[in-house]
Amino acid sequence: MTTLQICLLASALLFAIGFAGAVTRRHAILVLIGIELMLNAANLNFIAFWRFGPHPEMLTGLMFVIFSMALAGAEAAVGLALVIAIYRHKKTSNLDEVKELKG
Amino acid sequence: MTLSIIITAIVTILAAATAMSLRNLVHSVLALAVAFAGIAAFYLQLDAQFVGFAEILVYVGAVAILIVFAILLTRSGEAPDQSVLGPGWFYGIIVSALVFTAIGWAILNSSALPTEVPVASDATVKHIGEALMTKYVLPLEIIGLVLTAAMIGAVLIALREVSTAGGSRRESAPSENLSGLTSTATNSSLGGKA
Repeated sequence: MTTLQICLLASALLFAIGFAGAVTRRHAILVLIGIELMLNAANLNFIAFWRFGPHPEMLTGLMFVIFSMALAGAEAAVGLALVIAIYRHKKTSNLDEVKELKG
Repeated sequence: MTLSIIITAIVTILAAATAMSLRNLVHSVLALAVAFAGIAAFYLQLDAQFVGFAEILVYVGAVAILIVFAILLTRSGEAPDQSVLGPGWFYGIIVSALVFTAIGWAILNSSALPTEVPVASDATVKHIGEALMTKYVLPLEIIGLVLTAAMIGAVLIALREVSTAGGSRRESAPSENLSGLTSTATNSSLGGKA
């Protein structure tokens, strides 16, 4: 097994763990954490393919990861603000009890 | 190199699985920080130093702390009494296992993956900065705009609602403020006349 395959397998496992957490957990913040894990798994794939691809001097994978990190930061900020707003409104952050957007 | 990458992968995946399975949210965020540090170690071993340190700065430094603040603000610091898994969790785990099986099978049997390891390029901060300022300057500007818009939007969403006597919501708050303003304005003008 090559190093690239180890990296890709680790990233696939990270993605599966994040997906399982995002789908199964009840708490809204845990769902956001799962989404962050999935984004990180995708970033790991980018870096692995950049390092072991045919043209590492092009910096394409690096740039993709930098921009994707910025987008993930924006997503985390907006998502957590939504969780706080929903908590203020409904006094819960349990996703099973938040069934409608209308107040 | 391969052994250290395997150790990093095991630590990262164990930390991620712990973060996803603990009942107490604060503990789970601590495990998540360990997982992010493991991913940063991955990046450092794959010769991507800048991205590795950016990962530590952004994720361990900012996102984990932001999540801790959100947990404390929503008062969900202690473990809940009821089950932490939603309904239908069994199907979720089965689907994620299927996803991992499919991706893993594709990785292990693919003939398109490059087998020889190319020489590591010297992707120093200088090179990355030059590329960001020349070839990728438009995406950089756009990502700055997106971040600004997201920050303003997050602050607006999480703003404290103006609480009035009747417990009315945000819709009624501006009119309340407006009527208060006009009443004080009329009062002051009346006082000025008197």
